Amino acid sequence: MFAPGFLTNGPVLTAIVVGGGAAIVSGIVGVFTIMRGQSFAGHALADVSSAGGSASFLLGVSPLLGFTGMAVIAAAVMGFADMRDARERDLLTGIVLGAGLGLTALFLYFDITSMSTSGAAITVLFGSMFSIPSTIIPLTLVVAAGAIAAILATYRPLLVSSLSAELAEVQGVRSRVIGLAYVLALSLAVALSAMTIGAILSTALLIGPAAAALRLADRPGTAIALSVAIGLAATWGGILLAYDSFYWTPGHGWPVSFFIVTLVLLCYVAATLLGSRPRAIRGT
Amino acid sequence: MTISPDALVVNHLSVSLAGRMIFEDVGFTLGRGEFCGLIGSNGSGKTTLLRAILGFTKPASGEVRIGQVGDSRSSAPVGYVPQKILLDPQLPLRARDVVALGLDGRRLGLPLPSRTRDARVDEMLGAVGAADFAEQRIGDLSGGQQQRILVAHALVRRPQLLLLDEPLANLDVRSAAEIVALLGRLCDAYQVAVLLSAHDMNPLLAYMDRIVYLANGHAASGKTDEVVRTDVLSRLYGHPIDVVHVRDRVVVMAQ
Repeated sequence: MFAPGFLTNGPVLTAIVVGGGAAIVSGIVGVFTIMRGQSFAGHALADVSSAGGSASFLLGVSPLLGFTGMAVIAAAVMGFADMRDARERDLLTGIVLGAGLGLTALFLYFDITSMSTSGAAITVLFGSMFSIPSTIIPLTLVVAAGAIAAILATYRPLLVSSLSAELAEVQGVRSRVIGLAYVLALSLAVALSAMTIGAILSTALLIGPAAAALRLADRPGTAIALSVAIGLAATWGGILLAYDSFYWTPGHGWPVSFFIVTLVLLCYVAATLLGSRPRAIRGT
Repeated sequence: MTISPDALVVNHLSVSLAGRMIFEDVGFTLGRGEFCGLIGSNGSGKTTLLRAILGFTKPASGEVRIGQVGDSRSSAPVGYVPQKILLDPQLPLRARDVVALGLDGRRLGLPLPSRTRDARVDEMLGAVGAADFAEQRIGDLSGGQQQRILVAHALVRRPQLLLLDEPLANLDVRSAAEIVALLGRLCDAYQVAVLLSAHDMNPLLAYMDRIVYLANGHAASGKTDEVVRTDVLSRLYGHPIDVVHVRDRVVVMAQ
């Protein structure tokens, strides 16, 4: 069924490396995103990062630099604002998101009208993995390593503060610092995902595999390992299917992002069905 | 360094929030291994007093001293069980993991496998009677079981002081009695001073060494029978109060 030459094709290999990095980082960070109830913040950062991605075409810099720069700025704004109240946090997140997408609209307009890069909108918002240049790989690895290092360094304080911010503070954990480190890791994760499957869809890679893993795992380490495995399976499976799809509808293949997001959804549904079995006798 | 036998000293403590005085001139002392009830109706300032002791709320005046004079915060840890923790059933933490996080949750980096760590966690799980459900997800446990795990989380660093905010509020009568009996045992076994807030003192009567009674922005403290008296409580409330003993229960009523 599958077309030959999959693993000898340059753009495919780049997609495998960059997509794999995005899946690993999103898988790790996503578990904490869900535990901390910050899915909306994750989505907002991704949307805001699209302003950087679309500006990168105008500036002539690497799109990953654009996505990352904008996501980190937005994360810093959201991280420094002292918000205990979830409602207030959602409000500010929504406002930052709106402003970011406004910039995206402006930059994409310039991209399309003045630079005749008509594919920019699709690339920024929905990703086009097979057109990622291989020169981006070193920066991908740096961004991925930064996000993973931030999570590993703050692993235990992150877990306690996910349990309860008060319990963390009683132990002397500085929640603000930990929260800031986490939201920076989150911004790097969504920037990588935005680079691969687009800013709009990157939430799927951040939340989907982690949500599926949390249905099945009962330890943090297992949840992270499962989340990474599901993310990688969906990403690499999606790349394979998209590569193959060139032969389904001769002349043009289907977008990789579509396959990845669909596979993530299928994994989530499967995990929900598996996880709904009674796991242990409930206590009385 | 002077060694003081006191686990907690509260001196002339006043706290106001948003310009409103919550309580003033509250003072009491807890010795190691003492079980103290912090009693008062809703809104009397129990949670605020606990938060001030924890250092979460800055007092307008007065002082709080925990442990020996000269102890820093990290060498004199305080155990704390907050009133309400919303535990997501999908939190990927077993009961054992929650206790382990009480031991070293503030440390950076990944936890390395350690026998000493496991042994301390196991011992604490046993001490709160949680060995049977140690491997279950925290979110799958009942309210009483979660309460035991949170007590173990708070005690695993062997603090001299354990604060609990309304731990009995959401429990049925039997689970509440079990938790109080457990706390009474832990108090003796670990020589930890327990300060437990509640709106009803009756479940605590058999175990309480001391009582701090908060009403009307002031506190009365001492042995239970010194405080829960018609004259003391009437003075505290600024209104005639009856203290009625019905079998083994105490009922406080406004006249």
